[in-house]
Formats: sequence, C-alpha cells, structure tokens
Amino acid sequence: MERINQRLGVLSALPVVVFLAAGFLAPLCVVAAFSIMPQKVFSLANLPDFSSYALMIQEGYWESLLVSLAMAFAATFILFVICWPLAFAMAKVFGRFTLVLTIGVVMTLFVSENIRLFGWVLTLMKGGLIEGYWRSWTGQSFDGLLYNVPVIIFGLVYVYLPFMLFPLAQGIAMVPDDARQAAFDLGANRWQIFREVELPLSAPGIAVGCLITFVLTAGAIAESKLLGGRAVIVISDEIERSFTYGQNWPLGSALAMTLIAVVGSFAIFGVTRIDLDAIMGRKR
Amino acid sequence: MHPSNVGRIGLYLYGILILAFLYLPLVAIGFASVSTSRYLSFPIRQYTTQWYAQALESGTVSDLLWISLQVAAIVTVISMVLGFFGALAFARYQWRYRRLYQKLILLPIFFPQSVLGLALLMWFNAVGITPTWHTAIIAHLVWIAPIATLIIAIRAYSFDPALEEAARDMGCSTWQILREVTLPLLMPGVVAAGLFSFLLSWGNFPLSLFTTGADLTLPEWLYAKMVSGYSPLVPTVGMLSVAASIVLVAIALALPPLINRFTRNSSD
Repeated sequence: MERINQRLGVLSALPVVVFLAAGFLAPLCVVAAFSIMPQKVFSLANLPDFSSYALMIQEGYWESLLVSLAMAFAATFILFVICWPLAFAMAKVFGRFTLVLTIGVVMTLFVSENIRLFGWVLTLMKGGLIEGYWRSWTGQSFDGLLYNVPVIIFGLVYVYLPFMLFPLAQGIAMVPDDARQAAFDLGANRWQIFREVELPLSAPGIAVGCLITFVLTAGAIAESKLLGGRAVIVISDEIERSFTYGQNWPLGSALAMTLIAVVGSFAIFGVTRIDLDAIMGRKR
Repeated sequence: MHPSNVGRIGLYLYGILILAFLYLPLVAIGFASVSTSRYLSFPIRQYTTQWYAQALESGTVSDLLWISLQVAAIVTVISMVLGFFGALAFARYQWRYRRLYQKLILLPIFFPQSVLGLALLMWFNAVGITPTWHTAIIAHLVWIAPIATLIIAIRAYSFDPALEEAARDMGCSTWQILREVTLPLLMPGVVAAGLFSFLLSWGNFPLSLFTTGADLTLPEWLYAKMVSGYSPLVPTVGMLSVAASIVLVAIALALPPLINRFTRNSSD
C-alpha cells in the first residue's frame, strides 16, 4: 500500500507541477534575469550590470514600495477588525444564514474587481449616488469623496474582504466550544476568552487570512488607479509604467523582484509554519 | 455561554450590513445602466433600456463576449483535470514530497496577479510566443488551477481511503478505481472547482491585461473605457457580465436537485 501511495502521489502531482514549473517558476526566473540587465534592453543576451537596482534607489522608487506596504498593513488590520465578529458569527452563531452569507460573498468574487470599483466611483464621485441624492434632498453640495489615500484603503478593504473573512471563519471553527466554555466557567470575561483562547487556537486561520490579504493588497493596482486618481503611485503602478510608457523592462523587473522579495518572504515565512492538513479538515 | 439574543440580532444585522456594503456598488452600476443621459449624474431623472439594446447589437461587445467565453471555458476544462489529480496528490496519497508540493500549489495564489501577468508576458517574449487570447488561457490557469486543486482537496480530505482499498482488494486496476470510486466521490468538488474556475476566469482582469496581446477580454475593455472617460455602455456591459455570472450560478445550484430527481425517477 505504501509503495502504491508513493507512486500514485507522484503521478497525480505531476501534471500540475509540470504546468506550474513552466507557467510560474520559469517566468519568475526570466524576471530575475531581466532585473540585472542594463537599462532599456529587450533581450537577455547582454552583460548583467545591476544598474536597475541602483536606479531604483537613486530615483526614489522605493517610496512607492513603502506606500504600497503601508496601505497593505492598514487594509489588513482594518479587515481583521471588521471580519472577526462576522467570521465568529459564521462559525458559531449563524445556522443557515452562514450559507446565505457565504454564497452572497462568493458571488461578488465572480464580478470583475474593476466593475465593482467602478461602482464605487459612481457611488462616491461628485454627482454620484451619495452626493447626488444628498444634494437633491438637502440642497447642499460637497466635493466627491474620491482621489485620496483613505479611499484607496477603503477600496482595498472592499475588494479583499472575502480573502480575510473565509480563512478567519475556518480558523474560528477550529476552536472547540468546550475550551471557550471551560474558560468562561473559570471566570474569564469576553475579552480574556478572545485573547487567551480564541486568538491562539484560531491562529492558523488568522495567519492565512492576514497573509493572503497582505500579499494581494501590496500588489494591488486597480484600487489606486480607479479610486485614487493620482493621489499616490503604488508599486504595481510603477512596475506597469516601466513596462508600458517607460519601455524599460530591466527597471520594471527590478521593481517587481523587490516586491516579490518583500512579499514573498512574508508568504514563505507564514506558509512554512502552517499545517495545511489541519486547516483544510483532515480527520485522520 | 452563547451570545445573548441582543448579541445575536446584532450579529445578524452586521452580516446583512456587510452584504449590503458588498452589493452597493453594483446597485449604483445598475442605476447608471438605465439612465438616459450620456453623462451620468444622480439622481436619475429618466430611465431607458436603450443602452442595453445598443450593447446587444454592437459587434464589439459580442466579440468581447465570445473571447471571454472561450478563455473561461477552456480554463474550466483544463483546471478541472489538473485540479482533480492535483487534489489527490494534495490530500489523498501519502507521498514523500507532499508537504513541499502543498506549498508550491499555494505560491501562485499568494502572488500579486499584475506582477504574475507581467512575468508571463516576458516569458512568452523570451521563448518567442506572440500573446493572443490563447496565452491568456495559460496565464489564467497559473492562478486558477491551484485554486481548483484546493477546492477539490477539501473534498478529498473527507474521503475514506478504505473504499479505494476495498476496490483494490476486489481486483480493480488503478484506472478502474479512479473511474469507478474516486471520481464519483470527488464529483461535487470537481463541479464546484469548475464553477469557480469559469467565473474567476470570466471576471479576471490583472492577468488578462498583460497576456492577451491585441485581443481584449470583457474586463479589459471595460477598464480601458473607464480610464479613458465615461461611456454609457460601461455600466450596461458591466451589468450584462454580472447577469451572465448570476445565470451560471443559478444553473449550477438548480442542476443537482434536477439530476437527482431524474435519476430517481428512471430507477423506479
């Protein structure tokens, strides 16, 4: 049995592994190779000179990276606070309503994020849903709510809510009711139960939720472009521009490599500490 | 120590509030799509369905729909196959590099999609492939096949290996076991994965942006129109795309009970 398992495991992993090696790892190697090429070349047949990394530091591109990371931290923190009560209720309080909520939230994932963000543009702009109705009811007008940093973070919170909600709910479902009951019987208050029982026992779900939101928000681009106007330039925007307007692939690659390094170290740090079998519900 | 009634009602209200928050922008788009004026301004004075008629007649829109549909359909089929085998390796079989493999599967999901799209564009360029909507299929699969794998893996975790072992003891070949035991048991997971694959590909923007070359998918066209100024067709086509997703999900939710009833009747 052992030998059969071993062989079948390798065989069934093969298609997806080969595909990801060709479609994921190989492209990353190309980006890494381009990032050390001289400026503005379009082929890898040049002597590497690392000038893109020097340019990145001199020209202040790292500021965009800091902006992106700061907004990602803010969005992740806000999402954690917003999603915790709902995730708790989905795992422990709601019965059938959990299914309704799950379907309702998942459905939004299927609508392209730029359509949904465009909906917020129509809602928040001057003459949009909020300002327009406010003006017609009260006669007072105010400027649109778009084109600033908070609205970009708002957009990130909006788009990535499901990525925090579901892992959290999954994590909280792993906390046995007995443990909470016992803590309560021993005289713990609501806050103590949260800090001493729920938080540590649902840590895997929290880790997955925070990691995935942080990684995705750090690389997000549509929120700042559609809602933020020119308020700030995020790192993904900077990367895209070096490829399109800038026609400087090595610079874009160096920026991409830096983003990958920062975000990837978080992701790898987290992923290696998580027991996937436990989260995804192995019963054996 | 269950929450008091007040607490429960509060949580229900909170859940409804979050749902409303998620759907509010779609409501705004819905209103915009039936507004008469060429330059949108709320409150809307007059309603019309002329933009829908225009969108449905337009050749551009039907081309976009057709390309998006083909990409999503092919992505769905391939990711169901890759995901089925991938999930068995992920959850069912105990093999030596399983933990490492699980991490490899997660990496593309934990990766900024716009950067992934650019990386693929450079890779296609390096090996001399001109990007068209065919290359977008590859790009979508890099992100969607791992998700399909995870969805099917959830099902594969709750599956009793004794069933396969029994079939083997009765003399089934590995292929027969896969077809007669494993596939039927994992079928709900495979269908769910297919549904997710289709819809995620249908709505994907960041990967398509860099990998479709001169072709355009629906989300890309919408984005191009949004950044270049308002067009009344944007909310309309957006609503049509949302409606297509809703129809598909409704079919997917309605089909299993119908099939059940049909098979029960025929076996009577």
